[in-house]
Amino acid sequence: MPSYDSVLKEIYEVLQPFAKEDQSLSEETELVTDLGLDSIQVMELLLQIEDRFDVSIPLNIMPDVRTIKDLVLQLIAIVTRPQ
Amino acid sequence: MTIFDKFQTLAANRAELLASGINPFGVVIEQICSPTEGVVNGHPVILVGTNNYLGLTFHPDCIAAACAAVETQGTGTTGSRMANGTYTGHLALERELADFYGYPYAIVFSTGYLANLGMLSALTGRGDVILLDADCHASIYDGCRMSDAEMIRFRHNDVGDLEKRLRRLGERASNTLILVEGIYSMLGDRARLVDIVAIKDRYGAYLLVDEAHSLGVLGRHGRGLTEEAGVEDRVDFIVGTFSKSLGGIGGFCVSPLPELELIRYATRPYIFTASPSPAVIASTRAALRILATHPELQDRLWSNAQHLYQGLRALGYTVGPEPSPVVAVIMQSKAQVLACWHYLLEQGIYVNLVLPPGAPKGACLLRCSVSAAHTSAQIDTVLAGFAALRDSVLIAQEAC
Repeated sequence: MPSYDSVLKEIYEVLQPFAKEDQSLSEETELVTDLGLDSIQVMELLLQIEDRFDVSIPLNIMPDVRTIKDLVLQLIAIVTRPQ
Repeated sequence: MTIFDKFQTLAANRAELLASGINPFGVVIEQICSPTEGVVNGHPVILVGTNNYLGLTFHPDCIAAACAAVETQGTGTTGSRMANGTYTGHLALERELADFYGYPYAIVFSTGYLANLGMLSALTGRGDVILLDADCHASIYDGCRMSDAEMIRFRHNDVGDLEKRLRRLGERASNTLILVEGIYSMLGDRARLVDIVAIKDRYGAYLLVDEAHSLGVLGRHGRGLTEEAGVEDRVDFIVGTFSKSLGGIGGFCVSPLPELELIRYATRPYIFTASPSPAVIASTRAALRILATHPELQDRLWSNAQHLYQGLRALGYTVGPEPSPVVAVIMQSKAQVLACWHYLLEQGIYVNLVLPPGAPKGACLLRCSVSAAHTSAQIDTVLAGFAALRDSVLIAQEAC
């Protein structure tokens, strides 16, 4: 099972190109409010995360994802879920 | 804080649009003269954004059938079929659709949007998985949201990505429904159906094909991509609409599976809405007969589609990935597409404006849809309008 910190580190890497030039990311950074991601960018972000972790992320989780921390926790739940 | 706060971004975008003096989403077609001609702002326009693929909206047989139905059965059904009764026309249309496709089962819905809502919300539920092509129509996304199924997108027309996701599902692949479209509504490209069917069979999943834009457009008999690809015996559900090639309003699902009859009792968008009116049913039945017996309409449609698609390419425009009656012209920016759309309308050419996030990958489109009813001269006029657009607007913008 991947650790929270290792997943967080990888999510930071994926999200960095979406951040503004001088914007630092934290667990509380909000994807829409702080990073300004629109719906198309959120979908692109999901694709990149899916490739990196070799998982499929159901769109159903998105209403529960506001911050980077929310995303990490949802991702860990998906990665560790039995098939 | 109020319930309207969430509309602030929308309000700002709308205000920006109106301030530019252009209101593309408020176009009033003051007169509709024929399937391809109307009057907008007091000026005649060629309609190149109607989805009226076979041009049947003014067909005398359809009009006569609708008029006769109003005279003999009234203007509306005033309720749902479950609660207020089925008319014989509803049953007849369902039988005719089933026969047309060669499947035993059919359900008619009140709109194409409701057909997807009705099928997807009832067909899939908690514990099931939906794998949908990323470019699927909003009605498919909304239907998925109404079910409790897990909703997973695969990259548009990427068969490898679809297979990868099925493989990840393991045993759950057998209660997975794959959703694709015959022709995708924004860019006009076809699903890679032969490959998709092979994968669906390999993993034991189910497949629903939305033929909204391909009924009457593809296949020797007009049955859509499933017919053209030769996979009619391997598809589980076909959904379609009456509002495009059939020139009416309504939707349907046909299937070789007897379980479709059970869905009728479980689908809220069918149970809790008024059934299609007698006039709509009658004109749709007439249109279906015309579609099935006049293949020359499809020939004319494709001749016009090739004419416009190749003509736009020759003018240097970036168009959708393959020739189709949906011809998308891909523009560079929101400001550019707005200016171009407005210019074309002033030249008497009405096309659809598509702004992000309406099209795949956030593209800005001038979306054209061709009809069998267009004359070659009309297509030439449209191309001349696009040529003038290139010379008057686009080259000037590049110079800036």
